[in-house]
Amino acid sequence: MLKLKVNNNEIEIEEGLTVLQACEKAGVEIPRFCYHEKLSIAGNCRMCLVEIEKSSKPVASCAMPATEGMNIKTNTKFVEKARKGVMEFLLANHPLDCPVCDQGGECDLQDQSMFYGIDKSRYKENKRSVPEKNMGPLIKTQMTRCIHCTRCIRFATEVAGVPEIGAIGRGEDMQITTYLEQSMQSELSANVVDLCPVGALTSKPYVFEARPWELKKTETIDVMDALGSNIRVDSYGWEVKRVLPRINEDINEEWISDKTRYACDGLLSQRLDTPYIKYSGKFEKASWKEVFNIIKSKFENSNKDKICGITGDLTNMETLYVFKEFFNKTLGSQNIESRNDNRYLNPEKRENYLFNSKINGIEESDFILFIGTNPRYEATILNARIRKAYLKNKTKVISLNNVGDLTYPYESLDGKISNIKDICEDNHPVSSLIKSSKKPLIIIGQSLLKSKSAKYVFEKVKTYLHKNGKISNDWNSFNIISENASTVGSFDLGLYKTKNGENEVLKDLEDHKFEIVYLLGQDNLKFKKKDEFIIYQGSHGDNGAEIADIILPGAAYTEQNGFFTNLEGKLQKAYKASYPPGDAKEDWMIINELAEFINHRKLFNDKDELDNSMLNQINLYLKKNDNKKLPDSNNLFFENEDLKINNEDYYLSNVIARSSKTMLECKKSKINFKSTGTEG
Amino acid sequence: MLEDKDRIFQNLYNDKGSDLESSKQRGDWIDTQKIINKGRDWIINEVKDSQLRGRGGAGFPTGLKWSFAPKEIGARPHYLVINADESEPGTCKDRDILRFEPHKLIEGCLIASYAVNAHICYIYIRGEYFFEGQKLQKTIDEAYEKNLIGKNASGTGWDLDIYIHYGAGAYICGEETALLESIEGKKGQPRLKPPFPALIGLYGCPTIINNVETIAVVPTILRKGSKWFATLGREKNTGTKIFCISGNVNNPCNVEEEMSIPLKELIEVHAGGVVGGWDNLQAVIPGGSSMPLIPKNICETLKMDFDSLIEAKSGLGTAGVVVINKDQDIIKCMARIARFYKHESCGQCTPCREGSGWMWRMLERMAKGEASRDEVSMLGDVTDQIAGHTICAFGEGASWPVQGLLRHFKKEIEKRNNFNPTFDRGKDIPYLVDQHLLDKKNA
Repeated sequence: MLKLKVNNNEIEIEEGLTVLQACEKAGVEIPRFCYHEKLSIAGNCRMCLVEIEKSSKPVASCAMPATEGMNIKTNTKFVEKARKGVMEFLLANHPLDCPVCDQGGECDLQDQSMFYGIDKSRYKENKRSVPEKNMGPLIKTQMTRCIHCTRCIRFATEVAGVPEIGAIGRGEDMQITTYLEQSMQSELSANVVDLCPVGALTSKPYVFEARPWELKKTETIDVMDALGSNIRVDSYGWEVKRVLPRINEDINEEWISDKTRYACDGLLSQRLDTPYIKYSGKFEKASWKEVFNIIKSKFENSNKDKICGITGDLTNMETLYVFKEFFNKTLGSQNIESRNDNRYLNPEKRENYLFNSKINGIEESDFILFIGTNPRYEATILNARIRKAYLKNKTKVISLNNVGDLTYPYESLDGKISNIKDICEDNHPVSSLIKSSKKPLIIIGQSLLKSKSAKYVFEKVKTYLHKNGKISNDWNSFNIISENASTVGSFDLGLYKTKNGENEVLKDLEDHKFEIVYLLGQDNLKFKKKDEFIIYQGSHGDNGAEIADIILPGAAYTEQNGFFTNLEGKLQKAYKASYPPGDAKEDWMIINELAEFINHRKLFNDKDELDNSMLNQINLYLKKNDNKKLPDSNNLFFENEDLKINNEDYYLSNVIARSSKTMLECKKSKINFKSTGTEG
Repeated sequence: MLEDKDRIFQNLYNDKGSDLESSKQRGDWIDTQKIINKGRDWIINEVKDSQLRGRGGAGFPTGLKWSFAPKEIGARPHYLVINADESEPGTCKDRDILRFEPHKLIEGCLIASYAVNAHICYIYIRGEYFFEGQKLQKTIDEAYEKNLIGKNASGTGWDLDIYIHYGAGAYICGEETALLESIEGKKGQPRLKPPFPALIGLYGCPTIINNVETIAVVPTILRKGSKWFATLGREKNTGTKIFCISGNVNNPCNVEEEMSIPLKELIEVHAGGVVGGWDNLQAVIPGGSSMPLIPKNICETLKMDFDSLIEAKSGLGTAGVVVINKDQDIIKCMARIARFYKHESCGQCTPCREGSGWMWRMLERMAKGEASRDEVSMLGDVTDQIAGHTICAFGEGASWPVQGLLRHFKKEIEKRNNFNPTFDRGKDIPYLVDQHLLDKKNA
């Protein structure tokens, strides 16, 4: 511990902090532009100058290590003058076009100029004008406003791992640019918009949409991937205007992926706002009563074993729970499933579908092996964490497949399952790496779980890790990257029907054994419709609605309160920022009302009762889940498959993203990066 | 005046040849082995005793700098970096050392590398010194051939490799940490200090950075003894120094002279006097363009060394003496210097990036007489807001010449720029009040 003085108040701080951090501990706020907790220190804006006794010059507090006995002063005339001087320089070439700047109202420069700015400019020369840069469909540039804090450069090179933003020129001709004026080839690119302290980099889809003080801010959870990134949804009336990250050190730190941020314009288009019934191939608008009547008569005329329900990727846990209750109690059916493909699931233990090492654990790890995954696309934020771990510890990373650029170096094997066989039989160089590693991470992705060898690899690797003591109470090195926001929640609530990991409901569905299929927000199902009567409940008119006979308009994730469990098993609640459009209702309500319509008895009286009941069930499940059974890898069928990684539709993976114009533009500008326009 | 026997750079004018043989005749590479065998501590102490101060501009005691290097080589190697990025306008001393006395430099590299535990030495030469670089490379090859450097250099048991790195001609790369960035292949922008390069420098390893002249004088000091060096000049400003005299003098030249030589003697004796006679002198920039100028009345008695120039509110810098006579427009001269600094600012930190251009534009207007009277004091404000607020010393370098101008020629500027200010400064207007409200009487 160090003892030092800040404005004559003595404080004690731990060692290794900077003067700026020490001041913050003492409750003194230091203005800053270039300094950011998560980025390296640049010390170039000079706004954080403080006076330190025995130093004739003001000192940049962000870069100066705090030492024992320092006497720091932040409220003297000397400091004020220094900061005012810096502010004057910053404003000298700043256009002061706040009325037409999207950053207005949440601009660091604007805020701090209230304290350190002078109301009249002494700068009589012409202001510098800087040409705008093309940074792709997400980032709008107005580089004249740039104050050269280099946060964006540091973010791109350090966190995103794509050194595509940099500064060219020097002195007052220095310009921030993407060199080739192309969009940044990163899934985290739009975080530079949040980092930019001025309006130089602003959000292109949000341009001139709203002022920050007009927006209703709701702190909630993201559903675009299984991470459960913490976000803030800003809405104006019904419209969700933008999505911003919220700090959660355990999950997303301060970043969110471009998909999380910009898929929100998909909430405005393709929405289902009234129930529909299909008459001879054409959808007709209907009332809730009409559709409920039809559904009721269909259920009554059908055998309960001929009914199945498949839930979707963005559904919250309350809805999943009430759906299950509806099937089990109201309909008496067990044919309920959350997987839309043949991915392997071993539900014996909860750890079989979780990211057990936790996202924070990645930073402690000393060896990482990917089996059938491309984390850059499957879990972008998690990939950023792996990059952080690599930068910090030079963590060795090996991937079974070569999946292209992951933003950090890794070795790839040839993609053959026989490698895994060799590893588990100690015939492979990777075996010794796993054994010698203290905290290895074995990360299994969906591409593997969907393959034919899923069961073999899953059980074999798990047994191998058990045998070598890499799965223990202290460290569980066995990790699954779940695909969707609702995956873990669905499994926790038991929305699967399986004996040996296969998907029984899907098999029967493909054999056309069902008469009625209830799709709850399920749009990714690939199946040929025959005579089935399909009820689709969801928010968007997409693949599910297209094959439906009845459409029940539901709500999207920003329009209802709901729990989600993220891939590491953390339960988080998403809050309602907006409301469902038109006649659409919150999903749990639709099912509850349908149950009442069919059975004259509500499943739950209100949302609280539902929440409590569901949380009880989850608690019971978590307590029960202390199965001591060891994995068994005997009698496994081995086939030397060539594992393929599939991530073709990163920007169009769910209904909201598919309805989003921005995501479509991202797909065009980012995936087709290498097209030159001369291909023909 | 310095006697010929006390000159370190005997071949400053290349009349004796710069190859190994002629260098050896002048005393280079003699007893290098013996000097090194006396040990690290002896070398550093001897340099400390000689009171040698860095010749690159800042005048930091060289022996002290060397003693900052870790005593033992730890996990990371040590580096010695020679700063030959001589870009200061008015300075050309390193160039003649590189051309005519390269063996002094190479020998100095070996001794200094040994003293700071470095096996690798980089010489960073500015890109414009291409031929000088080639010349130096030839010398290095020659030294390798004779096993003066390389494995077991000069039979001392110390291994030393010397590499030349060419810069691309940016002034800022002469700043030691920007120079390191440049060697690493990055954009030449100064680093934050602390950490200082002596602990975390090139590639994160302990690095000692010295000017060419500093290193080149070390072998002679060690051979002739620190006492000899310390008797030249005066206390804390010892030894000899190469002065580069340029500008309005009859005979611009490089000359090695004793420290603390009177400026007038330097100009009159070595440079053939001011063009138009001593009375025609207007001002002198004593230490390269970044040092504040000194008007004639101070020049009369001024002694050229670090401390007396600081007393005169200037600095010795690189000892590039620029003489300006009364035929020159002093404001235009300073505007030109300001333009140089505007062009060479790296753009990393705010005050220098925005302020250097501002100063230049104001000075240009002032030179033309287009500025208003209040701007003169404002220009002083701007220089104060730059100096001391930046990452590196460039902020000072850019604002000192302007400050010097304002200090000594303020009347001249005011005479030329006598417009009334755009708004009335007579009122005592508080700094942070909306000034448009003050126009209304009862506001």
